[in-house]
Amino acid sequence: MADINVKINGVAVSVPKGTTVLEAAHMAGIDIPTFCYMKEINEIGACRICMVEINEGRGFRMVAACVYPLAFDNTEIRTNSPKVMESRKKTLELILSTHDKKCLSCVRSGNCELQSLCNEMGIENESAYEGEKPAYEIDNSAVHMYRDNNKCILCRRCVAVCSKWQGVGVIGANERGFKTFIGSAFEMGLGETSCVSCGQCIAVCPVGALSEKDFTNQVFAAIADESKHVIVQTAPAVRAGLGEEFGYPIGTNVEGKMVAALRRLGFEKVFDTDWGADLTIMEEATEFVDRFQNGGTLPLITSCSPGWVKYCEHYFPDMTENLSSCKSPHQMQGAVIKTYYAEKMGIDPKDIVVVSIMPCTAKKYESQRDDESAAGVPDVDYVLTTRELARMIRRAGLKFTALPDEDFDNPLGVSSGAGDIFGATGGVMEAALRTAYCWLSGNNEEVVEFHEVRGTDGIKRSTVNINGTEIKVAVASGLANAGELLRRVQSGEEKVDFIEIMGCPGGCVNGGGQPQQPASVRNFEDLRELRAKALYSEDAGKALRLSHLNPDVQKLYEEYMEKPGSHKAHEILHTTYVKRTIN
Amino acid sequence: MAIKTVPFNGTAEQQEKLMAVIAEHKDQQGALMPVLQQAQEIYGYLPIEVQKMISDEMGIPMEKIYGVVTFYAQFSLYPKGKYNISVCLGTACYVKGSGDIYDKLQEVLQIGGGECTADGKFSLEACRCIGACGLAPVLTVNEDVYGRLTVDDVKDILAKYE
Repeated sequence: MADINVKINGVAVSVPKGTTVLEAAHMAGIDIPTFCYMKEINEIGACRICMVEINEGRGFRMVAACVYPLAFDNTEIRTNSPKVMESRKKTLELILSTHDKKCLSCVRSGNCELQSLCNEMGIENESAYEGEKPAYEIDNSAVHMYRDNNKCILCRRCVAVCSKWQGVGVIGANERGFKTFIGSAFEMGLGETSCVSCGQCIAVCPVGALSEKDFTNQVFAAIADESKHVIVQTAPAVRAGLGEEFGYPIGTNVEGKMVAALRRLGFEKVFDTDWGADLTIMEEATEFVDRFQNGGTLPLITSCSPGWVKYCEHYFPDMTENLSSCKSPHQMQGAVIKTYYAEKMGIDPKDIVVVSIMPCTAKKYESQRDDESAAGVPDVDYVLTTRELARMIRRAGLKFTALPDEDFDNPLGVSSGAGDIFGATGGVMEAALRTAYCWLSGNNEEVVEFHEVRGTDGIKRSTVNINGTEIKVAVASGLANAGELLRRVQSGEEKVDFIEIMGCPGGCVNGGGQPQQPASVRNFEDLRELRAKALYSEDAGKALRLSHLNPDVQKLYEEYMEKPGSHKAHEILHTTYVKRTIN
Repeated sequence: MAIKTVPFNGTAEQQEKLMAVIAEHKDQQGALMPVLQQAQEIYGYLPIEVQKMISDEMGIPMEKIYGVVTFYAQFSLYPKGKYNISVCLGTACYVKGSGDIYDKLQEVLQIGGGECTADGKFSLEACRCIGACGLAPVLTVNEDVYGRLTVDDVKDILAKYE
């Protein structure tokens, strides 16, 4: 569309016609605060914090910047006039009038969008309007999270991601006016609904209304208990996100400092879940080749993402046979630690505490599932999100930026580049294809990159030709995309042999347990792409880029499990699924 | 906090009617409102069982339906009781203290406005002027009118229907 010339706070800017005031201001280097607005999925203009003055030739009036498209040349906009500031302040004061202002003990203190805006706007009296205050019970029915509606500002970002990105829609606005609150149908607790535990709602919440169930105290206590052997493992995406908590630019790989921090927190061994990812590829590629060659149930669908697995169980129960029986990488690794490693080191598995640092809240729920306890004790004892790890580092007084770079411990710390890219959408597929290619072509060491399955598109498709055999693959991330793909597969419109699905849009790098970025960043940067880059460059820089060549994985099979897909491998590394209903 | 109400006893005939309504509107945009309106006509209210049928048939998440039902005053989650108590909150009755009577009824019956007791006996609602301002404050129980009330009269009135 044609460009138009407008003036923002007196500065001339040229923008395409139809650009919103918010976007135009961003281009001009001016921030307009927003609460409810999320590009494309929550353009509802409801919170009124982004009100600005605009003059399109008939005098100045107030409009919501986030949803107001610019249409005329010579439009004048004021984003910081006294009238705008007064409006912004009043809106904040009104939000505060029903807000539970226990900032000192709030998990979001320091990165709360409401708190920082109050601070920026110079709110002097946080109780400017005293009146009736609704009181809500905290919903702690879900395994992975809390909802505290006393802190909710009704922006509805959680509602938008749940229904539009994830196609789940178990939360929404109930009642109306002053009585409005975010909840589920018939006042069900989140734990009673078909919530998939993905935690995207937490990742986008501007305040402390939504948060993961925090296990940092339990982990500190386990570390302090001398009778326990406490082992930590970290998922690929954590190293690509953790730095944001300590001021690094988005997409900085902080693997070395993260390992150093974990060691200084007192973990006895620091292992890399990328190793578990390599092991997953061995089992999953074997499973695929077996199903493909022997007429098994196809398409085979990956099972690394517990949010996706739960979604499949609730929304596509007829397709649970298509799920790979492989446990997710950190569960596999936990299982190996409590069997093979425990035997090797002569430790009773009951005395081992495995802590998984994950970009994910669904893994909190996953670790408590049935059939995730190979040694008769849970494979994984505690799952902490990337955010919880950052809290532990701060609480322990570690100066993250000043830490040296250190390496993971062995033997479960060596990993291939194929394992690294598990954290980005398409990564598991590429890792599996690299290994499948080697196995089927007979060239055991050739690294083939599969660029068609990379990138942030919601659904990606590719046909791979290996020695004359055509394999049709598809990759989906975000459960709404997954649902769309599966409906096409179920109806027969689309024929696919192998599918990778990640519950969160963009894969684990954008997981529900990753650092929370404010709207001012989220609406203008693609977190998925920036964080994924960190993983792809780690892969590209490694000599070892094929899962099946991981020496410690090879050793595990030689010494303990015979071969991929063996009876023993099935006992330790595989799991089962259930069929659920939609609530 | 789960919503408690009388057990659902929808008939096969009612369900057939509802399915016909859904089939008629299924592919049309904004179909939820007319379907809910007609569902309420069929059943008299919209309990979880009815909303679940609508959710399954129309492929709309339950929460979305529940959000719409609780937003609009025209929809009710509760059936009418055997005895429907209607308290006038019109201006004349209100200044004569009908608000306190309404509150007292909620307290005694342990239900909110618009709700029905779990045994299906009493339902409670507020109404506007019924044209009996001379008798303010006024309430009705089905067809019976009670006027010039005080809070203390509530128990005696209810006792007549026990």
